[in-house]
Amino acid sequence: MSTLHTEEMTLNMGPQHPSTHGVLRFVVRADGEVMREAIPDVGYLHRSIEKIAEKVGYHGFMPYTDRVDYVCAMFTNQGWGMACEKLAGIEVPRRGEYCRVIAAEFNRIASHLLSVGAMAMDIGAVTPFTHAIREREMINDLIEELCGARLTFNYMRIGGVAWDLPPGWREKALAYLDHFDPILEEYNALISWNKIYIERLANVGAITPAEAINYNLVGPNLRACGIKWDIRKDIPYSAYPDFEFEVPIGDGHWGKLGDSMDRYVVRIREMAESSKILRQALAKIPGGPVLAKVARNFKPPAGECQIRLESGRGDMGWYVVSDGTGYPWRVHVRTGSFAAMGIIQKLSAGLMIADLVTLIASLDVIAPEIDR
Amino acid sequence: METLVQNLIASGAFGRNASPDMVATIVVFVMSAVVFLGVAFPFAGIVSWAERRVWARIQSRVGPNRVGPQGFLQWLADGVKHVCKEDIIPDESDAPLFKMAPYLVMLAFTLPWAVMPFSSSLILADLNVGILYMTSVTALTVVGVLMAGWASNDKWSLIGGIRSAAQIVSYEIPAGLSIFPVVLMTGTLSMQGIIRAQGWAPQHWFLFANPFTFVAANILYISALAEGNRTPFDLPEAESELVAGFATEYSGMRYLFFFMAEWGNLFIIGAIIATLFLGGWQFPHVTKNVVAMNILEAVTFNVKVLILVFVSMWIRATLPRVRIDQLMTLCWKYFVPISFVDMIGTAVWVAIWPDGNAAMGYIMFAGALALAAVFIQRVIYYLRRSRMEVYFNPTI
Repeated sequence: MSTLHTEEMTLNMGPQHPSTHGVLRFVVRADGEVMREAIPDVGYLHRSIEKIAEKVGYHGFMPYTDRVDYVCAMFTNQGWGMACEKLAGIEVPRRGEYCRVIAAEFNRIASHLLSVGAMAMDIGAVTPFTHAIREREMINDLIEELCGARLTFNYMRIGGVAWDLPPGWREKALAYLDHFDPILEEYNALISWNKIYIERLANVGAITPAEAINYNLVGPNLRACGIKWDIRKDIPYSAYPDFEFEVPIGDGHWGKLGDSMDRYVVRIREMAESSKILRQALAKIPGGPVLAKVARNFKPPAGECQIRLESGRGDMGWYVVSDGTGYPWRVHVRTGSFAAMGIIQKLSAGLMIADLVTLIASLDVIAPEIDR
Repeated sequence: METLVQNLIASGAFGRNASPDMVATIVVFVMSAVVFLGVAFPFAGIVSWAERRVWARIQSRVGPNRVGPQGFLQWLADGVKHVCKEDIIPDESDAPLFKMAPYLVMLAFTLPWAVMPFSSSLILADLNVGILYMTSVTALTVVGVLMAGWASNDKWSLIGGIRSAAQIVSYEIPAGLSIFPVVLMTGTLSMQGIIRAQGWAPQHWFLFANPFTFVAANILYISALAEGNRTPFDLPEAESELVAGFATEYSGMRYLFFFMAEWGNLFIIGAIIATLFLGGWQFPHVTKNVVAMNILEAVTFNVKVLILVFVSMWIRATLPRVRIDQLMTLCWKYFVPISFVDMIGTAVWVAIWPDGNAAMGYIMFAGALALAAVFIQRVIYYLRRSRMEVYFNPTI
């Protein structure tokens, strides 16, 4: 093989390409079907959201946070809320925290459904995607009833949530969970344990635990490498200490530890765990107000704070610096997709072109979250 | 054919002194035109509508239902839309080859209809090398696809074209080898000859003749799916990887030609399997009326083919796509050796039982029924477990 001289081909994949999950671009150096390297090129969806925060004030920035990651907007809402609360020392009412957890966990299921569905779509199976989207639509219906929006929720406020659960919503949510658990099994029977599917995912883009830590991977991508690190458990926030749930980790059952199949299965299992959390939260939700008293002209004392929360794509960090005025001096969001994007270049060497698509999908890269 | 020509001359429709050759030529031309224009092209269109409806049902969607009853005329609307679109030919492309490629693919799709055995007398040309002719002209697709990929001067198209060439050429081998067991048993390559060697009852089909033919039928079907660029082997046009593969730069009618050929090829795949293994048009002799008998036979043949077409749609909606190395592994490491074993096994079988083994047919048919029962039982189990609402009415 080494004596055969072959020419390298440079391929431009994206920013308009069906499988790049938004506007991503890769410069692929390929030798036939085998990639030498795929160089990610980010910045096509940059909207200076962090800069906007400095101009619109604390309350006004909440709708913008939805756009940081529109697939799981509840977490970005919550992150901004938590950061501001920490700056100003505001205590969120218990019911408010529970509402946040319920909304966020529903959003986590929706986000993971989109992820696993799109992944199946990228592998070439069209049916699982529509089945996943069908379930996601039902969650969207529930959340719409909660806050009036289906994608960019703007549900949370500094000091709690905007609206209490509507009457009868709890029963609807429980009915949905009863419907969802068997559906997850059906989804597994449809695609997860499909022989071709496992063959396509196993051993593709395996990440060792050390690499995962060095490249700053977070969330399901990190846990798939066998590292049990979940902010909800390890640095508990909101109402999460009240709930019993497992943190699923990858075990390399289908191939190497930390391969694409592990990342996929971790997401599937996390949906089941989210369902468990939701059942507990809906059962134990306390009474009382949902929103703490917060001044309309919100001016936190000068200082800085950093909060972490477990978003659908992992450890999300919000760093806010306040100079005591009504506008933050600096905001920074640390997102999981950006870190995941970094490791693609390393993993891509020696993979097939078809595997690059698998890799992007399995790392669950969401374009708006990379660029903000 | 000869009797038909004699009858036509005797009827005087062509004048007293019409030469048999001329009448035969006219008859062949008219019949070809009727088959191509009246069957092949509308079939490709209707399959596109049917596939979208079947997919929609499997994916819990509705599918096209606006144009005509149940959206049946959707394919005509799509065709008109594609004709009206601009035919873009990229500046950097090799224009003559770029223009020619879709026609070659169309040619590969239309030529096999010449030996399509619709019934005992409805066949354009019962060539004595019928099945060989069919496999060779369908392989012409690869020339068109490779030409399209190369002439587009687009890297994605090129990868698609090369993938297609590698795939079709590789899968020709197990497909060809899987035809041999049937040829060994019948001693003929003619489509009608192969069908006449089978009976109307399932236990007389070559599918159940012996274990080797059963395996050969499955290998042939899978290889034919691979040759027809169908999921799980749709790598040449893998949407999520190669944008649209070899058809990336095409637009309008030329683009439609590729897909018409793909949909129409479903019928050809089904027809090959039905002819070789499922008894073709064989139907019990219920009437002495030749016309009625031919209609019954044509219906039988089409039902068998349409069931296979439906199965390939079902497969396409269910399975993910394999990777190119897995595709080649499947072909060269599994299908080719198994096909050889099949061929030798059938040869030994024919040497032992020259007239076939009747008991084996019944045993294998019973086994197939048992498999089908297990499958249905599993489907019912999953439906119960997921507590899904099932709608049996297809017209929603």
